[in-house]
Amino acid sequence: MAASAGIRVGRTASRRAAARLSSPWLLRGASILFVLGLWEWAGRIPVNVAFPSCTETLAALGEMLVDGTLAEAYAETAGPLIVGVLLTAVGGVFAGVVMGLSPRAEWLGLPVFIVLQASPSAAIIPLITFVYGIGFTAKVFAVVLLSAPVIVLNSYRGIANTPRSLVEMSNAFLASRWQRIWKVVIPAGSGLIFAGLRLGLAQGFTGAVLAELIITPTGVGDLITFYRSSAEYAQMFAVILSIILVASISVTLLQNLERRLFRPELRAL
Amino acid sequence: MTGRASITSDPGVGAPSGDGREPAVRIVELTKEFSGGVRALGGLTFDVPRGELTSIIGPSGCGKTTTLKIVGGLIDATSGSVEVDGVPVTGPGPDRAFVFQDFALMPWATVLRNVAFGLELRGVDRKEREETARAYVDKVGLAGFEDSYPHQLSGGMRQRVGLARALAVDADILLMDEPFASVDEQIRRQFQEDLLRLLSEESKTVIFVTHSIEEAVYVSDQVVILTRGPSSVSKVVRPGIDRGAGSDDIRRDPAYLDWVEQIWHELRDYLER
Repeated sequence: MAASAGIRVGRTASRRAAARLSSPWLLRGASILFVLGLWEWAGRIPVNVAFPSCTETLAALGEMLVDGTLAEAYAETAGPLIVGVLLTAVGGVFAGVVMGLSPRAEWLGLPVFIVLQASPSAAIIPLITFVYGIGFTAKVFAVVLLSAPVIVLNSYRGIANTPRSLVEMSNAFLASRWQRIWKVVIPAGSGLIFAGLRLGLAQGFTGAVLAELIITPTGVGDLITFYRSSAEYAQMFAVILSIILVASISVTLLQNLERRLFRPELRAL
Repeated sequence: MTGRASITSDPGVGAPSGDGREPAVRIVELTKEFSGGVRALGGLTFDVPRGELTSIIGPSGCGKTTTLKIVGGLIDATSGSVEVDGVPVTGPGPDRAFVFQDFALMPWATVLRNVAFGLELRGVDRKEREETARAYVDKVGLAGFEDSYPHQLSGGMRQRVGLARALAVDADILLMDEPFASVDEQIRRQFQEDLLRLLSEESKTVIFVTHSIEEAVYVSDQVVILTRGPSSVSKVVRPGIDRGAGSDDIRRDPAYLDWVEQIWHELRDYLER
């Protein structure tokens, strides 16, 4: 109570300053600078010979961006990643929705995905090569393996937890089974479904890179392996940093797309 | 008191209703047992006269909402029957529209789409249903909010959307489940008056669940008082308050106050038992 009163007083006293301080961009920028500062400091001590400073890494990143090394690597990694994530997005949402609607499908499917989510995927990925070899298919499978559980389980939860009162309302106003599913159940679950897709995309990046590290060195995974073996640690960290950047940017883009296309009520906030 | 003479302590089938016509809804020996053996209704019998507002009132947990949902066809009765226009109820139907206590609005849809939703489900084309919806949004006093989303509205406004949605499908019978329970007192009074005004224009039969005695006496032609669960009908009374007098006068009218007092005594017996 006291805290909220304090906030209210603060707001009236210096609303503008408070607004500026709590601006999400400023806070985000400050926290990023803080982490980069720590990194720079740790790299200069140095903590380890294999740990480059922030500036060295950024310089290497710039260099690889300019000479096209990164672009080439990403072009190769993007294939299995995009195919895998698209497959899982369509199949996973479908599976999750069916499990949420049908108790039999829930009984059959839910344990599989809970076990998959809890299993050590990095240990399973090498097994994929026995079945699918070392090519494109194996890498797509690795992406699917990592992104499917979170997409399926989130979609399932979104559907299974449809507010009872909305289901009752649709019944009272004579919705058919399909109308109820299309017009009430799926829109009501779409928030969780999209959250699952965002997490699934992030997991898909992990799957794609893991596959390239574990199965066959190509693309981004190959760059990491190569720079590690030649002890060019600044370059190696630059590649890792680029993965983090690309993954977060894609997840943010997906979130914006969701808002723009499917959530008019959030825009009106 | 002239009103007191019209108390029917035996609300059996065939009890005289408003004007002697066939009742809109006839409820006979209705029982409901939930899984786990909880017996909510222990044999309810009462008639709902056509074109009137009937309130169901009783101690909390006495099965008021359960009764209403059985009439709406949203849940099944264990035994007994509900007839609407002489036809037994087996599920929801176009002759009944529901107003929910928690509004049950779709947060992702605008006011206009929420109001038009019943028509949308019936396959009415977009232009026509939005035209109808606009008219009802206007009638419930929300003109200008057609493109707002539920989270931008106050509780009272949200329930107006719920009411407009129920009116838009043009059902003969309106089932209202504590529609004003989540609305604060000042808005509640305004809302009650608006409801009465709307109903006088629409000639609907209304079943209205409430836990407020004042509200029941103020809005109802007939009040069904339930005992504590497993509930049965304790009494059916017809306050017959003259609403021409204006709301402030009605609330000071001795007849009104007397009815409130009587129903309170009736209910208090069950609370103390």
